[in-house]
Amino acid sequence: MAQAAAPSKGMTFGEAGSALAFAGLALLSIIIAAKAYTPEYAFHAYLFAAASVASVFAIVNRYHERPAQLPPLTIGGKPNYNMGPVKFATVASVIWGIAGFAIGLLIATQLAFPALNLDTAWLSFGRMRPLHTSAVIFAFGGNVLIASSFYVVQRTCRARLAGDIAPWFVVLGYNFFIVIAGTGYLLGITQGKEYAEPEWYADLWLTVVWVAYFLVFLGTVMRRKEPHIYVANWFYLAFILTIAVLHLGNNATIPVSPFSPKSYIVWSGVQDALVQWWYGHNAVGFFLTAGFLAIMYYFIPKRAERPVYSYRLSIIHFWALIFMYIWAGPHHLHYTALPDWAQTLGMVFSVMLWMPSWGGMINGLMTLSGAWDKLRTDPVLRLMVVSVAFYGMSTFEGPLMSVKAVNSLSHYTDWTIGHVHSGALGWVAYVSFGAIYCLVPWLWNKKELYSMKAVSWHFWISTLGIVLYISSMWVAGILQGLMWRAYTSLGFLEYSFIETVEAMHPFYVIRALGGALFVAGSLIMAWNVWKTISAGQEAEEEVQVTRPALIAAE
Amino acid sequence: MAHETHEQVDAVTGVTTTGHTWDDIQELNNPLPRWWLWTFYLTIVWAVLYAIAYPAIPLVSSYTKGFLGWHSREAVVADLNALKQQRSGMTAKLAASSLDEIKQSPELFAFARAQGKAAFGDNCAPCHGAGGAGAKGYPNLNDDDWLWGGSLAQVEQTIRFGARSTSDQGHSGTMPAFGRDGMLKREELSHVADYVLSLSGLPIGKSADLKAGAKVYADNCAACHGDKGQGMQELGAPNLTDKIWLFGSDKATIMEGLHNGRGGVMPAWHGRLDDTTIKALTLYVHSLGGDQRP
Repeated sequence: MAQAAAPSKGMTFGEAGSALAFAGLALLSIIIAAKAYTPEYAFHAYLFAAASVASVFAIVNRYHERPAQLPPLTIGGKPNYNMGPVKFATVASVIWGIAGFAIGLLIATQLAFPALNLDTAWLSFGRMRPLHTSAVIFAFGGNVLIASSFYVVQRTCRARLAGDIAPWFVVLGYNFFIVIAGTGYLLGITQGKEYAEPEWYADLWLTVVWVAYFLVFLGTVMRRKEPHIYVANWFYLAFILTIAVLHLGNNATIPVSPFSPKSYIVWSGVQDALVQWWYGHNAVGFFLTAGFLAIMYYFIPKRAERPVYSYRLSIIHFWALIFMYIWAGPHHLHYTALPDWAQTLGMVFSVMLWMPSWGGMINGLMTLSGAWDKLRTDPVLRLMVVSVAFYGMSTFEGPLMSVKAVNSLSHYTDWTIGHVHSGALGWVAYVSFGAIYCLVPWLWNKKELYSMKAVSWHFWISTLGIVLYISSMWVAGILQGLMWRAYTSLGFLEYSFIETVEAMHPFYVIRALGGALFVAGSLIMAWNVWKTISAGQEAEEEVQVTRPALIAAE
Repeated sequence: MAHETHEQVDAVTGVTTTGHTWDDIQELNNPLPRWWLWTFYLTIVWAVLYAIAYPAIPLVSSYTKGFLGWHSREAVVADLNALKQQRSGMTAKLAASSLDEIKQSPELFAFARAQGKAAFGDNCAPCHGAGGAGAKGYPNLNDDDWLWGGSLAQVEQTIRFGARSTSDQGHSGTMPAFGRDGMLKREELSHVADYVLSLSGLPIGKSADLKAGAKVYADNCAACHGDKGQGMQELGAPNLTDKIWLFGSDKATIMEGLHNGRGGVMPAWHGRLDDTTIKALTLYVHSLGGDQRP
């Protein structure tokens, strides 16, 4: 990025370039909107046009308002951090989180009482389900990852975020992708690939945003003032890089026409299934695991004010995790048309993944040695420690379920749903809540959260919700699996399918109740975040965490 | 603050740090936990052994088969054969016996009902309900009221060829759309609906003209439903004197049937299910509410 040393004011290459690019995109979008095959696609094209025009205005406006010099990298020897995009993504994550959890509650209730789809396509399970999964994984989780990574990489590198327009482009562009994906599901636009439902044009947009994300992150790491790269940044980098590769591989589609939202995937049959689950499982591995382990590696030692337990363990488990995860996808396709050899490899890699996953748990939990008493007084730390415990539990359950003998019972049952949610609610959401509770006072320069009591309420209500959710799904799933395979003494199936569906009803009601508690907890968080920003007590100076007691080695 | 390169000792645990500091975060020099390392090794050893025992490594045009020689398709075939083996004696007897013979033999009858129940759950439950209780437009199979006859032979005929199905041999009677096709006026439909309600003693409005209704009935309905409303199984015309209603017994529902006609479809299962399964289904369905009690 050109940084003008001369006092005369001029547009940087980034400003001029991106303004031009957005102007071009606006024009292209209008042409596509005019010739679109379907009104839904035209609507999306108009959204692109409107967002592009708004971007041009924002960039030009920002240029006129800003001083001749771009913000300096350091002020008085201290790094001049760029926290605007971090703030935006933090707030976005809270809002998307509530939306995603609420839609989850809706579909959980629909499964217990199907009439609640209200006989309209808009609220049908088929559209609500991807809306739920995308909202919680990509909208909530994604914004937490972007916010925390931009925060952590600056703090641990003691460097300002690379780029001027670019960090904002990443944050706003990503959230625009969420809007396109979500409205697309509502309008019935989907390519029908689980966790990768957005169509080709949304995928292309995300690719551009993601490359920018990668460059901003890498650029910041490269301008670091620390000799070494902190472990959290390894995990963030692995997450960003691998998601890019997965996204490109699984979305290799050919559009019917530039004027149609429909595309067809280049893979076919069992190859498509394998690519899909290579993607799907590594979305879990690199998005929901590596990314959130990065959060754990920064926020737990920071909050507990203790050193990370073992540097050596962090190296070994990082590389083992990265290497093993990528092979584990075929365990989603046990007992299918996938060749036996691929199923075997998927299974053994999943089992070998157990300890590399637990390495992260050990490092997270043992970092608290010497600070366990803080769990009594700090509900934020409690959220994060319980999240690591859930991480440990679901990364044991995962390898267990990948073993074919277990999988023959668990596959296609609600046990899988329970497993996913012990990871999603217990691990991903809890570590995210912890990070949000840490970030908000730090970012808005407040002394503490508005109410620690509210955090405690959030913790206990949601924990009860998670327990109801996962225990009902364990019972439902195992019951379902046993009913499906039950034979009478004469050698006939004991239960018809519909009887197994009927048997699920009480558990679906309990699950929905658990979901309602989880939503209630997140509303408490939103209130607390709002009050902290609007009415929290100002910190006297920049929040300084006291250095743990250390003495020089002999 | 300047980064420290000198190792320090953590006062709480007595362990040295690596000497790096990022935003006040340091790292301890703890070794890998032994139990962790050995469990990791163990899973790797297990993975290697499993990969030797089972199909695992892709080759150019084949893959390593594993020394156990296991193959998922062969495993499925073996499972299915074992099941067939278990049933084989009884299945052969079922195939060789008539419906009445099976019913006379307690052992065969129990087997047929077990097979029938499983087949019913897979094929019939979506419409007739898991317990055969039916739903609106789908007959209840537990009562003794049969549209097309409740004897063993009649039930088998209905299962095999269906009603208004794709089969030429299926039942084919339908209720005409008297209103939509202009055969009767709206007023006449209302009269006959009241009359039909009165046949089974259901409450009717005070203004009902039963005389007019009886006339419309005699001219248009009696041919199929019988002069007293007793129905006719050859045509699948329901008995109108009992209190069993396929679509509902309120006047609006009856008017709807009179106006638009009725003609629910029962598929033909011949060719989709084998003969023994159809036999078993017949006996199972018959056992729910077969024949007509006096």
